[in-house]
Amino acid sequence: MTDERKVVIELQNVRREFHVGSEVVKALRGVSFKIHEGEFVTIMGTSGSGKSTLLNQLGCLDTPTSGEYILDGVPVRKMRRSERAILRNRKIGFIFQNYNLLAKTTAVENVELPLMYNREYSARQRRQAAIEALKAVGLGDRLEHKSNQMSGGQMQRVAIARALVNNPAVILADEATGNLDTRTSFEILVLFQELHRQGRTIIFVTHNPEIAQYSSRNITLRDGKIREDVENMNILNAAEALAALPKQQDD
Amino acid sequence: MNLTNLMKVAITAIMSNKSRTLLSTLGIIIGVAAVITMMAIGQGSKDSIRKELSKMGTNLLTIRPGGEMRGGVRLDPSAMQTLKMADYEALQNETKLITNISPEVNAAGQVIYGAQNTNTTVYGESPEYLDIKLWEIKDGECFTEEDIKKSAKVCVVGTTIVEELFGDKNFDAVGKTIRFKSIPFRIVGILKSKGYNSWGMDQDNVMIAPYTTVMKRIAAQTYFSSINVSAVKEELSDEAIEELTAILRRNHKIKEGDDDDFTIRSQQEMMETMSSTMTTLQTVLVVAAAFSLLVAGIGIMNIMLVSVTERTKEIGLRMSVGARGIDISRQFLLESVMISLSGGFIGIGLGYLLSWGANAIGFPATVPLWSVLVSFGVCALIGLMFGYIPAHKAATMDPIEALRYE
Repeated sequence: MTDERKVVIELQNVRREFHVGSEVVKALRGVSFKIHEGEFVTIMGTSGSGKSTLLNQLGCLDTPTSGEYILDGVPVRKMRRSERAILRNRKIGFIFQNYNLLAKTTAVENVELPLMYNREYSARQRRQAAIEALKAVGLGDRLEHKSNQMSGGQMQRVAIARALVNNPAVILADEATGNLDTRTSFEILVLFQELHRQGRTIIFVTHNPEIAQYSSRNITLRDGKIREDVENMNILNAAEALAALPKQQDD
Repeated sequence: MNLTNLMKVAITAIMSNKSRTLLSTLGIIIGVAAVITMMAIGQGSKDSIRKELSKMGTNLLTIRPGGEMRGGVRLDPSAMQTLKMADYEALQNETKLITNISPEVNAAGQVIYGAQNTNTTVYGESPEYLDIKLWEIKDGECFTEEDIKKSAKVCVVGTTIVEELFGDKNFDAVGKTIRFKSIPFRIVGILKSKGYNSWGMDQDNVMIAPYTTVMKRIAAQTYFSSINVSAVKEELSDEAIEELTAILRRNHKIKEGDDDDFTIRSQQEMMETMSSTMTTLQTVLVVAAAFSLLVAGIGIMNIMLVSVTERTKEIGLRMSVGARGIDISRQFLLESVMISLSGGFIGIGLGYLLSWGANAIGFPATVPLWSVLVSFGVCALIGLMFGYIPAHKAATMDPIEALRYE
């Protein structure tokens, strides 16, 4: 069944080396995997395992030293900077740990940002798409709120809407719940699971093993290599977990 | 990103740092205001000199003793006494291209009426002088050829003298006798007021008497300080100069190949001389202002570098959502151009204000349109030039490093 689905991401023996002084640091030592459309993959690993480097590769922010990375049918390794920028713009949605919203800018304007760099969208279409994305993350009533007028959870929802607005081939989340409290983290996870159900491809990089229970597949890195790559047969429901959390006490 | 969006981003960035932006544009504001004001004053003076000179008659030719002054070398005094009565008579009888001619002798001194006195200059002229200078008589009339022959002690005076000596510039002083260096002159006419000229000289503080009278009775000299002539037509000035030159060279027995011992200037040349002086002055001032704009540009570059560093994270984010290097560089270039242009805009406004102020305190000033356009152009150029390095720095950032920047 897995093989019938479209391959969105394919890594072929990807290596990435950095030259630090006279030393060569091998951050990725031959990583290969395929991710199909509609998968919700967590990539885990301790710090130094190479997960940030892998994320940068997947996000086309960096290119492999050797090997090949094919994103939605497009080989990335030999692309120029500006070509990769366009690729990111059309095929990738980033979600960061610290939200990275533009200060003093409204939710709609923040979500519009990726489409600003896409000439195919008119101003009206751009705004329309941004409003729809914000509605999809449950912020239909916060369109004109500025980033400093929102809570962490709301800011992360705006960031998720921004990642959705260009209808990307893959959503890349980097510790997306890392700055949030337990309840809000679960709320965000509920949202991710909903996106997964809608058929979105999600890659969630985290060091928190708990999150892996809510995704469909787990890849664990260690020392720049894949240590484990398993389907999650028993995906927990984040909404249930959220409901099971002790009620917040207002005192 | 299209221009509208880039503008919005730039405006947001500028508005979020209002005081900083204003301070960094101060250099541009001052520089541009200085250029505009200088240009306005320069242009205003040129215009007023031109107007002044054309009021004196554009077909005026002035013959002065002494050759062309070169490098400021003074000739010996006898060279300044070359214009004699014989020259005047020859010119009067032989030229065809001039309508009026008047020799000139002048002397400065005190003029007295009763208990009142004032300092003035007496000009010895022929009656044709007033026609040459397009000057009219308000009351009375000019002295005549008869007065010239008799070296009559009569004069025509300007309104300033009337005011100084009789207490009221509208006083009908015709027939009164005033004394210049103890010589009594009967006033036969009063000149129409001309006001101050652009050098700040009161043109009405003047006494005009027959040249013979001034030569014999006051200056005690046999030569003229100059001869004023009006050409038949302004266009024939050059031909008239040739004719006058030929007559004077013959009269002065100047050999073929030797230099003239007199100089003939047309009003046109006077205008050019004055204009060129103003132009030189203007150039110097503009160069000084250009340096101030250069410094202002460096100020803008500095603030843009700060801005780029401050917004490293934003740059990283923009790159991660698909901004190319060129998008980022355009954004910062536009921002620096907008900063310098807004400075230019304020500067031009201030320049207009200062020019208006200069006008109000008596300096003629008109802002030439081209100086406004050039200022705008220069500001845009400064924005581009000094915005380039910060923009380049932003555009070549590594998105990974930029995102990680705290």
